[in-house]
This record gives sequence, C-alpha cells and structure tokens, in this order.
Amino acid sequence: MEALVKTDFLPKEAAPAKPFVLWRPTVKEGLIGWLTTVDHKRVGVLYMVSALVFLVVGGLEALCIRLQLMVPNNTFLTSAQYNEMFTMHATTMIFLVVMPLGSAFFNFIMPLQIGARDVAFPRMNAFAYWIFLAGAIVLNIGWFTRDGAPDAGWFGYAPLTTRTFSPSHAIDMWVMGLQLLGVSSMIGGFNFIVTIINMRAPGMTMMRLPVFTWMTLFTSFLVVLSFPAITIALIEIMMDRLFGTNFFEVSNGGMPVLWQHLFWIFGHPEVYILILPAMGIISEILPTFSRKPLFGYPIVVFSGASIGFLGFGVWSHHMFTTGMGTTATAAFALMTMAIAVPTGVKIFNWIGTLWGGHIATRTPMMFALGFIWMFMIGGFSGIMHSAAPADAQQHGSYFVVAHFHYVLIGGSLFAILAGIHYWFPLMYGRKVSEFWGKLSFWLIFIGFNVTFFPMHFLGLEGMPRRTFTYDRNMGWATGNFIATMGTLVLGLGILTYLSVLLYTLYKGEKTTKDPWDARTLEWSLPNPPPEYNFQVIPTVHARDGWWYAKQHSDLIAKEEAEHKAADEAHGGLHMPHQSIYPFLATCGMLIGAIGVAVMDFANRQEWPGFWGPKVAVSMLGGAIMVGSIVLWALEGNEGYHIHLNEDGSIKSSDQTAPAAAGH
Amino acid sequence: MSNAAAATLDHHHDPSTSTGIPNKKLLMWAFLASDCMFFGCLISTHLIYRLHPPPGTLPAREVFSIELTSFSTFILLMSSLMMALAVNAIQKGNLRSMRWSILTTIFFGLIFLGCQVYEFRNFVFEKHLTITNSILGTTFFTLTGTHGLHVLIGVIWLSIMLAYSFTGRLTEKDAIDVESMGLYWHFVDIVWIVIFTAVYLLEYI
Repeated sequence: MEALVKTDFLPKEAAPAKPFVLWRPTVKEGLIGWLTTVDHKRVGVLYMVSALVFLVVGGLEALCIRLQLMVPNNTFLTSAQYNEMFTMHATTMIFLVVMPLGSAFFNFIMPLQIGARDVAFPRMNAFAYWIFLAGAIVLNIGWFTRDGAPDAGWFGYAPLTTRTFSPSHAIDMWVMGLQLLGVSSMIGGFNFIVTIINMRAPGMTMMRLPVFTWMTLFTSFLVVLSFPAITIALIEIMMDRLFGTNFFEVSNGGMPVLWQHLFWIFGHPEVYILILPAMGIISEILPTFSRKPLFGYPIVVFSGASIGFLGFGVWSHHMFTTGMGTTATAAFALMTMAIAVPTGVKIFNWIGTLWGGHIATRTPMMFALGFIWMFMIGGFSGIMHSAAPADAQQHGSYFVVAHFHYVLIGGSLFAILAGIHYWFPLMYGRKVSEFWGKLSFWLIFIGFNVTFFPMHFLGLEGMPRRTFTYDRNMGWATGNFIATMGTLVLGLGILTYLSVLLYTLYKGEKTTKDPWDARTLEWSLPNPPPEYNFQVIPTVHARDGWWYAKQHSDLIAKEEAEHKAADEAHGGLHMPHQSIYPFLATCGMLIGAIGVAVMDFANRQEWPGFWGPKVAVSMLGGAIMVGSIVLWALEGNEGYHIHLNEDGSIKSSDQTAPAAAGH
Repeated sequence: MSNAAAATLDHHHDPSTSTGIPNKKLLMWAFLASDCMFFGCLISTHLIYRLHPPPGTLPAREVFSIELTSFSTFILLMSSLMMALAVNAIQKGNLRSMRWSILTTIFFGLIFLGCQVYEFRNFVFEKHLTITNSILGTTFFTLTGTHGLHVLIGVIWLSIMLAYSFTGRLTEKDAIDVESMGLYWHFVDIVWIVIFTAVYLLEYI
C-alpha cells in the first residue's frame, strides 16, 4: 500500500478566497440539511422512503386492476383507465420501487460493508437520488393532467407509442421520465463501481467482499451497460414523436421490431438488475441466521457474474413470437436454458448454507426462506418459457403474469422486505417485534400465493394479459375472484408491514450493537452509524471480517489504536463537504424534461411555430442544469476534517470553525 | 490545530485507492464503457436500416462528399494528438504549454464541427436529404448529430478548463482532471473512426 501513496502531499496552502456562489452549506438538520446532504446513509434513507411511498402507489394501482377483474364484465374501470393502471403499475414497481430499494441498500449498506467512510463521489450520489425523484415526478404528472397517465404498457412497443397511435403527451412524459430514471441509475452505477473497486479498507480483497457487495458490483455493471440501449430506444421514439423521423415509421422504411430488440437488450439485463441485489441480501441473511458461513462463497460470486454476463445474451426470448427465424430462436432458447444453471447453483448454495445450521427463524429469516421457495417456483415457470414452442403458447397470457410476479414479488420484493428487517436495527437502533413482523410475513406470503398461483391456471386456460374485462362463459371467473381475494390479503400484509415499520421507528424495542451476531463489517458500527461511519478504518483479515474481529479482539484493538494515532497525525478524519448543486442541477433537468415532453410536434412546414414558450422552458432548464454543473465542478471536492472523542462523538470540526474554513 | 496538522502529509485527501487507479480515471473508464453501448446501439440502428432501404431511397454515395469528411476526420484525429500533448504538459506542470495544446484542440474540434454544419446544410438544401424524408436521413443525422453533440460537449469542457487554468487553481496535482477530459476526447475520436467506417467508407466498397 505504501508504494501507492502519492508523493505530492504539499502543506495546505492558503486557498484563494472563493466567490459567494461557491458557498458551502454546513447545516446538517432540516430541509437544507437534506437537500444538500452527501452522506451515503442519508441518500440511502431518501431512496428507501421514496420507494416505499411508491410501493403504496403501485400497490393501489394493482388493487384497482384486481378489483376491475374480480367479476366478469366489471365496469369499475374503463378500458382506457385500465390501460393507464397496468402501465403505471409496472413502470412504478420496476423503476420506482424495486430499483430504488436496491439503490437504498447499495447506498446505505455497501460502503459500510467494505469499510469506507463514503462512496467515491458523494455529490454524484446525491445527484443520482434527486434525478430519480425528478423522473418519478415526470412519470406521474399525467395523473393530474387532461392527457392522463402513460397507457402503452411498460415496454411501450412501437408503433403503439408513435404519434399516430398515441397522440397525447402522456407518452412523451413516459419517455422523458424513463430517460431521467436511466440517467439516475447510470450515475449511481458508475459511483458504486468506482467505490467497490477503489475504496475498500486495507485487507478487503475482492474475494473477501461480502456477497451483497459483489452483487452491487454486478448490478452496477449491468446498469451502466444495459441502460444505454433503452436511452437510444427512447431517443429514437422521441425523435419520431417530436421531429417526425422514421425510426418506427413503417411507411418510410422504419421497422417497429427494432424497438423490441433495443428495449429487451435493456429489458432482460434489467430483470437481473432487479434480482441480483435480492440474491445478495439473501446471501447475507441466510448465513447469519444459520450460524454458518455461506456455503461455496466463490461459486456464489462467480454464478452471479455468469448470470450478469449471460443476461446480455437472452433478450430475444421475449420475442419468440415475432418470427426471428429458427436459428435465432434456437440460439436464444439455448442461452435461456443455460442461464438457469448459475441460478440453480445459487439455490443449492443457499440450501447448503442452511444444511446442518442452527436456524433461527427470526423475521428476516422468514422472508429469506420464503424467497428461496417462491423464487424457485418463479424459476420453474421461467424455464418453461425458454422452450420456444411452449413459449409460443404461453406468450402474452396470464401464465407469464404469474411467472414474473413470482420472481419479482416472491423473489425481489421478499428479499428486500427481509433486508429492511435485517438492517433496520443498524439503521435506526430499533427492532421490529417478532410477532408483528411474522404476522406481516404470513399475510404477505399467503396473500401473494393466493393472488398469483391461480394465474398459472388462468394463463393455461387462455386468459390474455392486459385484458380489461372478460365474459363469464370464458371460465375465468373463479380464478380471477380468488386472485382478487388474495390481493386484499396481500395488501393487508403490506399495510401491516409498513405500519409496524413506522411504529418501530418511533416506539420499537431498542437494540444493542450487532443484535444478530452477524459477520460483516457494517455490524461493527454503533447503531445508528455516525456520519463518519468508522472511527478507525478497519483492517480486514478474513472473508467474514467482523466475525474474525470478534474472535480476535486483542489483535484488532491493537491495530485500531495504531491507526487512530496515524489518522490524528494526518489531521483528523476527512469528510466530504455538502453541496446544493446536485439538487439545483436536477431542478434544471426536471424543468427541461417537462419542457421537452410538452413540446408540440414539429414538421418542416411549421418550423417557425415550433419556437415558442415550450422550447424556451426546455432551454431554461438545460441552462440551469449546465450552470449548476459548472458551479459544482468549480466548488471542488476538498472536504473538511473532524476530530473525535474517545466515545466517538465529534470533538471539533474545521467545517464550522471559520478560521480554518479556507477563507 | 490547523497549522500543526497542515504541516504533515495528508494522504487521505487524495487517498491511495485500493487499485492505485485514481477514482476519476476509473469513473471515466466506466462511463466510456457505457458510452460504447450507447453508440453501439445507434450504429447498429444505422447498419440494420442500411440493409433494408425502401424503394426510391437516394443512394448514400450520391449524397456523401467523402473528400470533405476525410479532411474533417483527419483534423479530428490530429486534435487527439494535441489533447495528448496537453495531458503530458500538465503532468509536467507546464501550464503554458498545456494552454496552447488545449487551444489547438479546441480549434481543431471547431473545424470538425464547422465541417459537420457545412455538410448538414449541404445535404439538406442541395441534396434534399432531410431527417424526415427518408430512413437514411433519419439514421444518418441522428447518429452523426449525436456524435457532433459529444464533440461540442468536449469543446465546451475544454474551453472551461482553459479558462479555469487562468485562475491559478489548476496545478500539476490536478493533472487527473485534464487526463480524464483527454480520455473523453480520445473516445469521441475513436467512435468517429467507427462511424466514418460504418457510415461513409462502407458505401464505397
């Protein structure tokens, strides 16, 4: 390590006085504190709170869908409203719930697991969150306008999304909203990649990384490599809608199937973006509550890598019925069967972890065990789809709906709900009561299965997805009625889960440090963790770093004392400055995105009419964004120092001491 | 405390990273990997549609002016040379030399953009190839326009860096900032080589 230390550590020179616009906020509390925060834990909390709010929104949309389908020929929703509901339900659950909940854990937990004081680029991290919020706003604006919410399905197939078939601005809002969410995810992805590769504590080699951190890394790579495809697809549809280009215009030589390819080149890796973090969370919880190390750690890591890699080669299994030709269909069918292998390997490793362990069925463990079982059912119906002839029968039916809800709720969401229970004591120092936690688990588990298991049969009986109603003589009435009853139980379960969480936040039982007697570094911290995370950057000696530290406390105490002295000699702990510019830049992006989305169609005859207030608004937004980013670059990333007392409280900070603030 | 501490080495300001690669460089590499996919999708779109021209499409060879584009390609490649010299200069702490190299890079970038503006105007008004009237126009203008936008962003970045160098705050220690800007600029050039081959040269085979 010493050889890597740079040689140009000059004494701190008196920096030139900064202009007023480069003012650095120092307030930690209140609105300004949250708007300017760069603390990865606070950003994680922001992600989690927003995503849970959208979980309720998306859940209510699902409830409307199920109420409409409860009885034949129902008139609870019109067909147009139904289209909005299923489009926004899917878009919300994927982009505004599961992905940001993943990001919430990446932000809060991952830096703690690798022994870092923050992510590599703290301001960019805040920027990713604010853009996510802007994208969520743009997506949902439609509910409050005359144009209505987006209604072309979450994969927005062209030519349905072209101006000919969807003339209203609802689709433009969808396009710009997804574009913003993509930018947000990619910025987050870059940040996590750099953080995991570059910010590991001494001794934390790659093969000692906790599996959750590994999965964060793979997910981030998937994000930065797959989102460009949807960015291009969205740009193309935007150009078609705004400027009359021909990407998907059949009469001028465009081919709508191109949209499907571009979308699913993004869309299939996206599926793994949703499930890999879940697999990481499960790989943390199972060993902790089985009192055993993870079975076959390297195999779990490498199968995660092969899932990520193969995930780029299976996209056309979403398009078996488009007529790609025998060779392409066979190749994609084979790749799809192949990708089940590493997934199966993981399942066996988790079972191996449980095998012979002293299993403690605490609430997080209940969700984790539910995950293994439910995710396997989703995997079984998934492997059925990989056979192209079978898929041709199941395509677009409720069988598919059943399949992806088993992997997304039974898989991703169960793991996330497990993760929230697992890390809640670390985040807030309180623990959910076992009774209420388990009650919410059983309600969710039963409600989920009653809702989605009948859909397998509905699909095989020929019920098409996205149908807003059906006739009694189709024979789908019983299955749909049962499914709707299940939804009510599932909704009650989620309601219980969230209420208990809220109650626990204020009134829950207080816990001590490391309440689960866990293995990874985040549990070495007091709860909630202080803003500087580690008083002393830990030195890692083994794969389960914190477990090793608990067994070798003398050695660790000696090391910590040495490192603490070294840190103090270097001028204290280094903390990043807060900044308002990520938020301001996002305000510009929000204004610009809405401006573009409401712009009117321009053709050559009408070019002069094209320049109007809407274009001016977009340009204003763009200017605010560029200006904020320039100021952001100019304010610099130097940070400040804090000094700690023995108990970890902050003794002094040169952020608030005017003499040393660099003026 | 400030003075006592300031006199010591503070290596955590630019912490030696786990890999020894500066964070900013790794960030830029990750971004460029992502940008590869971005251009990859646009170039694929062009190549696919190129194989399926609707009847009555203007042959691309009758539209393109390969001489002009070859010239601007050459200029863009030379700008990469100047960018490399700028990085080299700041690494040695030679601000004056860096400023001249950056200025030349900007100048070459502007020549390239000027050629593109001329080319676009020529195609639209003389050759009657517009973004709306044919699939070739759609993919051509979108692809090369997106690349032009990348060059423009690069030129703006270079100009801001040039202006910043006069504040006295840009020193040898900040060489990584110029270097990551350089990585971006080289990438934009390399992408142009691919676009020049796939869009222009392919039509002359």
